Amino acid sequence: MKRPLLAALLVLLTTLSAWAQSTPMQDILQEHSDLIVQSSRKTIEPAIRGVAASGLPQAQEVMRAWQTKKMWIRTSDGLFFRADKLDAKTYRLFDFDTGAVVGDSPKSDLKQIKPNSGIRAMIATALVQFQLMDPDPVLRTEALLAIERAPDGKLLEPLRASIDRERDMVLQARKIRIERLLTIAYDQDEPTRIAAINEVSGDLGLDVRATLNPLVTTKLTAFAGDIPDTVNVARVLEPGQDTLSSEAAYGVLVAQGMAPAQVTRDDMRLALLEHSDGTSVAGVPVAQLDADAARSRAYAALVDAGLAQPLVSDADVATSLAAHRFAEIYNEPSAAITTAAQDALDRITTRVAAGQTIDLTLDALSLASIYFLAAIGLAITFGVMGVINMAHGEFIMMGAYTGYVVQQMVPNHTVSILLAVPLAFAVTFVAGVAMERLVIRWLYNRPLETLLATFGISIALQQLAKNIFGTQARPLTAPGWLDGAWVLNDVVSISYIRIAIFVLALIFLGVFLFIMRRTRLGLETRAVTQNRSMAASMGINPERVNMLTFGLGSGIAGIAGVAIGLFAKVTSELGSDYIVQSFMTVVVGGVGNIWGTLAGATMIGFFQKGVEWLNPSNTLAAQTYMIVFIIIFIQFRPRGIIALKGRAAGD
Amino acid sequence: MPNTFLTRTPSNVIFLIVLAVFALGVTVLAEGSGIGFISTSFVKTLGKTLCLALVAVAMDLVWGYTGILSLGHFAFFGLGGYMIGMWLMYARTHGIVVTSMAEAPIPPTESEIVDAIGNQIFGVVGSSEFPLVWAFSDSFAIQLILVVAVPGLLALVFGWLAFRSRVTGVYLSILTQAMTLALALYLFQNDSGLRGNNGLSGLQNLPGLDHVPQAQISIWFFWASAVALALGYLFAAWLVSGKFGSVMRGIRDNEARVRFLGYSVEGYKLFVFTATAMIAGVAGALYYPQAGIINPAEIAPIASIYLAVWVAIGGRGRLYGAAIGAVFVSLVSSWFTGGQAPDLNLGFYTLKWVDWWLIVLGFSFVLVTLFAPKGIGGLVDLWTYRKSPDRHGADLGPDAGALREQEASQ
Repeated sequence: MKRPLLAALLVLLTTLSAWAQSTPMQDILQEHSDLIVQSSRKTIEPAIRGVAASGLPQAQEVMRAWQTKKMWIRTSDGLFFRADKLDAKTYRLFDFDTGAVVGDSPKSDLKQIKPNSGIRAMIATALVQFQLMDPDPVLRTEALLAIERAPDGKLLEPLRASIDRERDMVLQARKIRIERLLTIAYDQDEPTRIAAINEVSGDLGLDVRATLNPLVTTKLTAFAGDIPDTVNVARVLEPGQDTLSSEAAYGVLVAQGMAPAQVTRDDMRLALLEHSDGTSVAGVPVAQLDADAARSRAYAALVDAGLAQPLVSDADVATSLAAHRFAEIYNEPSAAITTAAQDALDRITTRVAAGQTIDLTLDALSLASIYFLAAIGLAITFGVMGVINMAHGEFIMMGAYTGYVVQQMVPNHTVSILLAVPLAFAVTFVAGVAMERLVIRWLYNRPLETLLATFGISIALQQLAKNIFGTQARPLTAPGWLDGAWVLNDVVSISYIRIAIFVLALIFLGVFLFIMRRTRLGLETRAVTQNRSMAASMGINPERVNMLTFGLGSGIAGIAGVAIGLFAKVTSELGSDYIVQSFMTVVVGGVGNIWGTLAGATMIGFFQKGVEWLNPSNTLAAQTYMIVFIIIFIQFRPRGIIALKGRAAGD
Repeated sequence: MPNTFLTRTPSNVIFLIVLAVFALGVTVLAEGSGIGFISTSFVKTLGKTLCLALVAVAMDLVWGYTGILSLGHFAFFGLGGYMIGMWLMYARTHGIVVTSMAEAPIPPTESEIVDAIGNQIFGVVGSSEFPLVWAFSDSFAIQLILVVAVPGLLALVFGWLAFRSRVTGVYLSILTQAMTLALALYLFQNDSGLRGNNGLSGLQNLPGLDHVPQAQISIWFFWASAVALALGYLFAAWLVSGKFGSVMRGIRDNEARVRFLGYSVEGYKLFVFTATAMIAGVAGALYYPQAGIINPAEIAPIASIYLAVWVAIGGRGRLYGAAIGAVFVSLVSSWFTGGQAPDLNLGFYTLKWVDWWLIVLGFSFVLVTLFAPKGIGGLVDLWTYRKSPDRHGADLGPDAGALREQEASQ
């Protein structure tokens, strides 16, 4: 019993001795004691401001302790301390002014100040001005981040003061940029602001637009009589014109309390409901109220009895609208600033539009190269040989799964991709040759039956993949050096995978051209395609050529599968997602010509991206319109963009 | 016996008799009308199968007789279903809304009822307004007309565009496949006005007939499907029996030759394409009330390809073959994928039919194409000792025209 008493006495003594010294920070805290303990976001501001504006060196320490919930109040005398936990029940107290240890105190005597997240954010803002000068660059970066997240005019001065003393060039550049933006938003001096606005005009950063946009926000306002000169008018609107409908204009009047609200059907029903006595409303039987005429009658009776708002007729609306002027008013009062901001935004918009066009072009190119990749195998089997292979999509899928399996065995992603490409080619080449030998060669010249037989193979292969790999998507991870994107600026960027696919498409194009034009196989393939009997008479074995060509087309589909698997989910349906588009690509481009396939892929890619740009939320619509477009396109060029002529055209 | 198209080909009479006996037998055995040997759900399955047989007959007309491999006829089938589904859904929701609003202290006006129906139907896609396509959904008669008009019009426009530019063969197949893909993708959108991927549901409940048990309704629909199949079959048989049928077969076997003989090939094709689309629409309108739900996945390209599979396995170029193929493959498929087929224990591996059925179907399809181009219908030829004409010197070589003559044997 004696020892706790003694300890309390000791604590009291030390407190008294501390009290005797100069304690400016404790005084400030005591001044706002109620607010701090109450810890409400709405009322806390004076307390934070008091501490931050005290100019005391210890202010930063106090706020950091406060923010990290290390500030405690001693219930016995109401003094604030920083407290560190010693054990479960005891805390060591530090004085804020001196930083000295005040003593240990039992937890029962202490109460923790727990600022909520809103208050912590306010403290963080207040702390920023100290952190800006902090020797630790990490803290300075944090401070800048905090400013960007919650810009505040009060930070302008400390930020400006810190720029000159900044040693780190990168941080200094950032500070200058943020200072410009804060100047635009909060500086008191108009020419300074305009100068700052002009400086950033043309800057594509999102932060610039976020700063400028509030300056040019407008509010649709109604004025009784003429528009006063004191407001900054963006434009005057005439109700009933296409930009401002009469209803909207009247809505503004109602919102400003300048006209009575129109009585809607719903209001009418509610009023009738309110004054219904169960059998009739204002003399009209309830059973009759299922027609608008009866409802109007009953409501008119209610209005006459003074029980409801009178109806606002169309004539009343017209009169009210005629009596008022409507204008969009800038929230920013200074016309010079709004003009400058608007000009700057216009310039930025132009540049953004240009950037978006480039970005869209890149996107379309990458989509085109994906279609080209998916279709190039088909360009051989369908385009050159005339064999319609509905299982082509499944060959793409087999390639992707081969990549997945290789990746399971070889953990290094770069090596596994390099291994997967030839393996995928080998697997699908063998599958293609087997299919040609077993099925397709019996069905040459019966294209519709080839279509159906290969479709049978397609559903069987799809189900087989489902049985082996399951229905969930399997990952095919790109090597690390393909992660990320090539960022030109805030608007234009393209991911490395897409660049890689574009390059791969170009390589394929080259390989295809080489094989077809420079190798024996290509020569024989072209010969067999043009005239099978004649080629056979010349000593070419058409069976062998067909087999190899089909295998080649299938093998390329396998490699395309690895590439597509890198950015799409590898599922058993991977191939069927591309099969219709691939056939479209070949047909639109013109059968039997690789340049046609390239043109077809480019056209489809650009068209689809173009539609997506017109209606960005809806990729389904883009595909729908693309197919409709292709159907119409076929009307005008039934043989595709690049049609074969002369003897090569066959039939 | 008079020499009509029915009696000239005995298979027509046999088919109709078999269909009638089958329908009567099911009626006697069914839960709703007979001794209860066949459950209501199986009656619905049989009814749906008859609808599939009807669309297969239509497919046989367009593919087996005219040689147009359309991979888009299920789009017409689905459109027919959507058209009747709109009325079913509207009328039924109307009934529900009127009942629930009758409790309100103030009776609702017409427009309030319509608004409430809109809210009920389109709540799932975050809208409450009736889109334009629902303009006639309150009228049963108009929607019934639309069941044939909408697929017919789509087929007419598409067929006119395609045939006019002489798109033939596999190109046409791919184009029709693209059409059904485009339609499916369009319907998948929420703002297409047909409830996006939710589709139309609750179609098995007939408005105003809540007191009639489903067992009874299933028999009605079964009979309606049987009658529709019989009528569709009769129409098809009549069409192919006369001169018109000869021109159709001529187009299939050598389009250019028929054109040089002075026939308007495009006109014939367009007629067959449009008429079969309408038949498909009717079949769909009978199918989906029995299925209870329709969504855009139903008209994905794969469905139309399965239609071709049925016709090929059944034997194209003969109407009963198409019907048999549809009935056989779809019933066997539902038996295997329904989990009723016993697993096959191979010792080292247990074959689950749910997983392996599609593989078997796929490969058997390849085998049918390779070795039995006449399909199941070819068995009938074996039985009746019908043989293909033995044409000496017909080119069976590797060049164009090989094997065509065998196909032309019917």
